Amino acid sequence: MTRHLLRFSLGLLTAGLLALPTWAQFRVEVSGVGLTQVPIAFAPLRGEEASPQKISTIVQADLERSGQFRGVSAGVVLDETQRPDISAMRQKGADALLTGSISRMADGRFDVRVRLWDVVRGQELGAMSYTVVTGDLRLASHRISDFVYEKLTGEKGVFSTRIAYVTKAGARFNLWVADSDGENSQSALASPEPIISPSWSPSGGQLAYVSFESRKPVVYVHDVSTGKRRVVANFRGSNSAPSWSPDGRSLAVTLSRDGGSQLFVIDPSGGEPRRLTQSSGIDTEPVFSSDGTAIYFVSDRGGAPQIYRMPAMGGPANRVTFTGNYNISPALSPDGRWLAYISRIGGAFKLHVMDIASGNVAAITESSRDERPSFAPNSRLIVYATQQDGREALMTTTLDGRIKARLSGQNGDLREPHWGPFIKAQP
Amino acid sequence: MKKLLSLLSIAAVLSGCASGVKLDDVQVEDRSGSNNANASGQSAVASLNSRNLGAMQGIKVGPVGVDHIIYFELDSYSVKSEYQPVLDAHARYLRADRNRRVNLEGHTDERGGSEYNLALGQKRSDAVRRALAALGVPESQMEAVSFGKEKPVAQGSDESAYTQNRRAALNYQ
Repeated sequence: MTRHLLRFSLGLLTAGLLALPTWAQFRVEVSGVGLTQVPIAFAPLRGEEASPQKISTIVQADLERSGQFRGVSAGVVLDETQRPDISAMRQKGADALLTGSISRMADGRFDVRVRLWDVVRGQELGAMSYTVVTGDLRLASHRISDFVYEKLTGEKGVFSTRIAYVTKAGARFNLWVADSDGENSQSALASPEPIISPSWSPSGGQLAYVSFESRKPVVYVHDVSTGKRRVVANFRGSNSAPSWSPDGRSLAVTLSRDGGSQLFVIDPSGGEPRRLTQSSGIDTEPVFSSDGTAIYFVSDRGGAPQIYRMPAMGGPANRVTFTGNYNISPALSPDGRWLAYISRIGGAFKLHVMDIASGNVAAITESSRDERPSFAPNSRLIVYATQQDGREALMTTTLDGRIKARLSGQNGDLREPHWGPFIKAQP
Repeated sequence: MKKLLSLLSIAAVLSGCASGVKLDDVQVEDRSGSNNANASGQSAVASLNSRNLGAMQGIKVGPVGVDHIIYFELDSYSVKSEYQPVLDAHARYLRADRNRRVNLEGHTDERGGSEYNLALGQKRSDAVRRALAALGVPESQMEAVSFGKEKPVAQGSDESAYTQNRRAALNYQ
């Protein structure tokens, strides 16, 4: 099998103009031939050398991680007020060009402006401006990436969304909220005991998760911006696997309070849970379908863990996975087309993607310790945990597995990722 | 309205620049990331520190001279018969003091997913709970929980580590 593998350091193309140590950590891996990627030229923003964040580098990395774009160096500094030499950009093979500037204002905030050009037609596609504090420069960069992505693909970008994940460093566990590239991570919870299964609320304001800080698994709901949290499920036995309904009004959880691990739904503010499944074995890892009518979950009722589907109110379950004898951790794409899950094949745990309509399944990784996939809100990327170079690491991949990127971020072992929803820009 | 004003102001700034480009018909969108100048901005996350509420270190309770850990075979969730004397000792201890409570903590090796391993660890602690109940220990004195693969006693990805990590621990309160 011929396999074309390119490994390059993002920003390498512009490394002569800018130097940033984080580039060395970020790699995008491209495999397969016949990829259709839009070549887009990036000019460093005017004033970027004095900016705490290299906007054009962040935007380029975002777009390349999507798998739909290939960065090209514009070779010149061009701001949004200048008309670019379109024919020169065509010679560089670019179909699009992003120019702009960044300047510090009197109050300390930054004024970021960009302009997007269609090089093929020699037309401008639009311009954006942001006025942000230093701490929001990366957010502004990701919003620029979303703007470029939407202009060039007609679809919403996911770059300004957030990813939650957990690190283990020594005996310390942290729950982080990070940008979609893994950067800008901020600790939501630090604990001496494990934290697993963070799950974003549909609004993106809250995280449900399992914390072992009281020496047993307890489900919490945590408001990300205030740090306030509440216990949602602390029943006798183990409480785990929280997953939000699309309307945000209920959480599906796994409780062992009645013996065995069984599925329940509970109000996110707490209260009495309602039992959904009645099996003698394990039922766990519930996830709602995006229309809220069904729950996919893992059960060993047939003797080995497989993924099943049942009505969200409970009722008869139908088996969904039929190949292999260990299929766990279902994730559904927001567009309802895809099911991602982990399948054990010959002792290796691999990320698989199923086209739900046809039932066709593809293994999309070469790694052997994959865990816990979740979809980006535009259904085009998956984030998952795996092992790389002996460490637990987070990766994103396109659904066909052709474009993968390792997320940078905190040191230590990175695990338990969950991709958050679209967040409406605040006024 | 505010948005329109800022659009106009940006358009005004842009048209003031001598670039030779006609900017009047240029589409400018203002989606300012933040309107206030506080240092943290809108992407801020409040941080919380949790304390270890139920740490067991240094607490010596339970029957003396008896194992507090029961090991399981690969893919097995039943207590091996060799542990019957251990279970008998714990059952006697619990029956003798009805105020004594024990946490039964199930664990797995590191292979596989966190949540599915949590459910498998629960099968191990439930097996110990049922075995003790059969020896006359009231359910009210026991709670079976699971840590899944999250708290290995042995590090490493080899059979020796896996064997030590497939276990249920009896922790007295």
